[in-house]
Amino acid sequence: MTTTLDHPSYNFNVVRQFTVMTVIWGIVGTLVGVLIAAQLIWPALNFDTPWLTYSRLRPLHTNAVIFAFGTSALFATSYYVVQRTCKATLFGGKLAAFTFWGWQAVIVLAVITLPMGYTSSKEYAELEWPIDILIAVVWISYAIVFFGTLVNRKTSHIYVANWFFGGFILTVAVLHIGNSMVIPVSMMKSYSIYSGAIDAMMQWWYGHNAVGFLLTAGFLGIMYYFVPKQAERPVYSYRLSIVHFWALVSLYIWAGPHHLHYTALPDWAQSVGMVMSIVLFLPSWGGMINGIMTLSGAWHKLRYDPILRFLIVSLSFYGMSTFEGPMMAIKSVNALSHYTDWTIGHVHSGALGWVAMVSIGAMYHLIPVLFNQGRMYSIRLINVHFWLHTAGIILYIVAMWISGVMQGLMWRAVNTDGTLTYSFVESLIASKPFYFMRFVGGVLVVVGFLIMAYNMFKTIYAKDNSLKPVEIT
Amino acid sequence: MSSFWSIWITVLTLGTLVGCYLLLRYCLKNFVGVEEGEPTGHVFDGIEELNNPLPKWWSTFFLLTIIWGFGYLLLYPGLGNFEGLLGWKSSNQGILNLSESKVSVIDAKEAGMLVQYDREISAADKRYGPIFEAYAKREIIDLATANDDEAISARKVGQRLFLQNCSQCHGSDAGGATGFPSLTDQDWLYGGSPEMIKATLIHGRKANGMIAWSAALGGEQGVKEVAAFVLSLSGREVDAKAAEAGKVKFAMCAACHGSEGKGSVEMGIALGAPNLTDNIWLYGGSQRAVESSIANGRAGIMPAWDKILGEQKIHVISAYVYSLSQE
Repeated sequence: MTTTLDHPSYNFNVVRQFTVMTVIWGIVGTLVGVLIAAQLIWPALNFDTPWLTYSRLRPLHTNAVIFAFGTSALFATSYYVVQRTCKATLFGGKLAAFTFWGWQAVIVLAVITLPMGYTSSKEYAELEWPIDILIAVVWISYAIVFFGTLVNRKTSHIYVANWFFGGFILTVAVLHIGNSMVIPVSMMKSYSIYSGAIDAMMQWWYGHNAVGFLLTAGFLGIMYYFVPKQAERPVYSYRLSIVHFWALVSLYIWAGPHHLHYTALPDWAQSVGMVMSIVLFLPSWGGMINGIMTLSGAWHKLRYDPILRFLIVSLSFYGMSTFEGPMMAIKSVNALSHYTDWTIGHVHSGALGWVAMVSIGAMYHLIPVLFNQGRMYSIRLINVHFWLHTAGIILYIVAMWISGVMQGLMWRAVNTDGTLTYSFVESLIASKPFYFMRFVGGVLVVVGFLIMAYNMFKTIYAKDNSLKPVEIT
Repeated sequence: MSSFWSIWITVLTLGTLVGCYLLLRYCLKNFVGVEEGEPTGHVFDGIEELNNPLPKWWSTFFLLTIIWGFGYLLLYPGLGNFEGLLGWKSSNQGILNLSESKVSVIDAKEAGMLVQYDREISAADKRYGPIFEAYAKREIIDLATANDDEAISARKVGQRLFLQNCSQCHGSDAGGATGFPSLTDQDWLYGGSPEMIKATLIHGRKANGMIAWSAALGGEQGVKEVAAFVLSLSGREVDAKAAEAGKVKFAMCAACHGSEGKGSVEMGIALGAPNLTDNIWLYGGSQRAVESSIANGRAGIMPAWDKILGEQKIHVISAYVYSLSQE
């Protein structure tokens, strides 16, 4: 836990900015999530106000969590890791500051336009074309800063974390620009240049790889630096990192069609998507094995280090989600799971379990380093956060699993006369208790984030070097 | 697709899988130049990397999924235009409408029924068909009112079909909503006999359409007067003077609604012009709603269910719907 700033010329200002915003956007994103979860139980909570309706706040929730919270964490960690592992300061001078302010502008525009009802109606790509252009400009600047720093490196090799960061930055640029190709008809309205099944395929090529590259490859980059650093152990297997990196990036890009099983998408595309999703299973697990095995010889640290606990439990959720994903991509399983809450459960085991926990762990590691302290203000509060977050996720996922499988079974149940046993509304009534359970889980996660913010500001505003690292004997 | 794209897809798909296999084989060997289990020698910000071998269970499992992938693509459609050895298809993806779909089911039966959708449909017809055939032999009125087991179960089947197909507009309790008639009262736009209900379901209905009367009635004042008269027909309290003036103008409405305002059913014609004397209001019974209907016109549509559900299922739904208004 004693990482000091041994190289004064690094640009940590932008890292600090993104780190603080990660925590802030974490609160906002999960809070909106809890509100819409509550609306599913108590519909009156939209107060008959158009901009508070579920349909407008749901994209705000997903955008806030993926692009505000998650992507700010990626900016912070990638800028930090690339400098330290390349022994080079960030390339491009003020361009790094531009990526911070540009990205925050994108998020603020999302917070304004989505509740107002402006949407391109593409999932996870709802923002309208002028904002899409801003995203592209900021993202290309990000790529210039990141790859420029790599080029200036003082080390002979490129560290594995940077492979993943680089892979995710490049691919997200291609995905975003490819999927957002539209013909504008006014300042805030546009139509996709693709049509029908092709449009759907483009959308899920983008949508699934937002998961695959942004939320998987990017966060594996975080894992590859912060797990060995926090555990103070070497990375388990260099060769495993090579095979799982290349296999992961080459297979993930194919997996999109599994979102369109049994639709108008041609059979061949559905088959290929399913095959690649299943072959992807082991390469995904390569990252989990490499992370968890890095702990060999340091398992005892889990007893007293809640930051390491965040990081390692995140890998367990990662392993669970990356097993569940290929399974749900099998057509006959998908026939049951698709369009049910099971999908929501799966996504949140990835988002809350993997993405949020690995980011939270990395932030707890980073904050003291960035603000000249030996440790976080309160280790005990990190521990409280850990248990709140874990309990919240488990309530959430279990509720959605039960509710999802139940919906799938109810929708397909038929009577002896061939008519459907249940009407749709009956499956909703049956889901209601689980919606409440999910809401409670969400509240625990938000409370955890609030505690994190308190801990962070206490650390930031403490006198320099006044918080001494705890010596474990 | 053209043979170029077919080859393109095949090469890329197989290339990715073969590439994964070669990558795995390459990394199974120790090419790093240090003993297994030793550090590789690179250090990044204090982080070392060990040269541990790939876990055996992991590489074996990875290899098995790759082999399985080749197998699946051999059996099922995946490699461009190659249809797979099993000849399986999820559906006939080229069909454009329901009648083409029905033909394809028959073709599929003759061809060994390899298309999954057609196979499931014909299996369901075979299994459940006899039940509906038995119901179809009885009169609707008999199914709707008799108390033997078969009639009771027919009404339950009808209710479930109603809930899945009709409730979206008419409501789970068939009580209707603004613009969508209640099916539980005695007020019928096209007739409430079992035969008329069935005809409505089979062919659908398109209201003749009430035009916007605002201009013809001389604007707002005229609309208000006619609205007052119409409301008075249902015994509602209205401005007597306005209603008196409206009565004269109502002559224009009588063509469809009848001179007494009792609707087109009463006149024995299927125009879909509602009875205005029973205080049941399809588009809302407030003064404002009635004025809006008169000023702007109305036209309701009920889709035809013939091709979607088939005559036998409609027979059962008709019995259920008829039974609702008999309670």
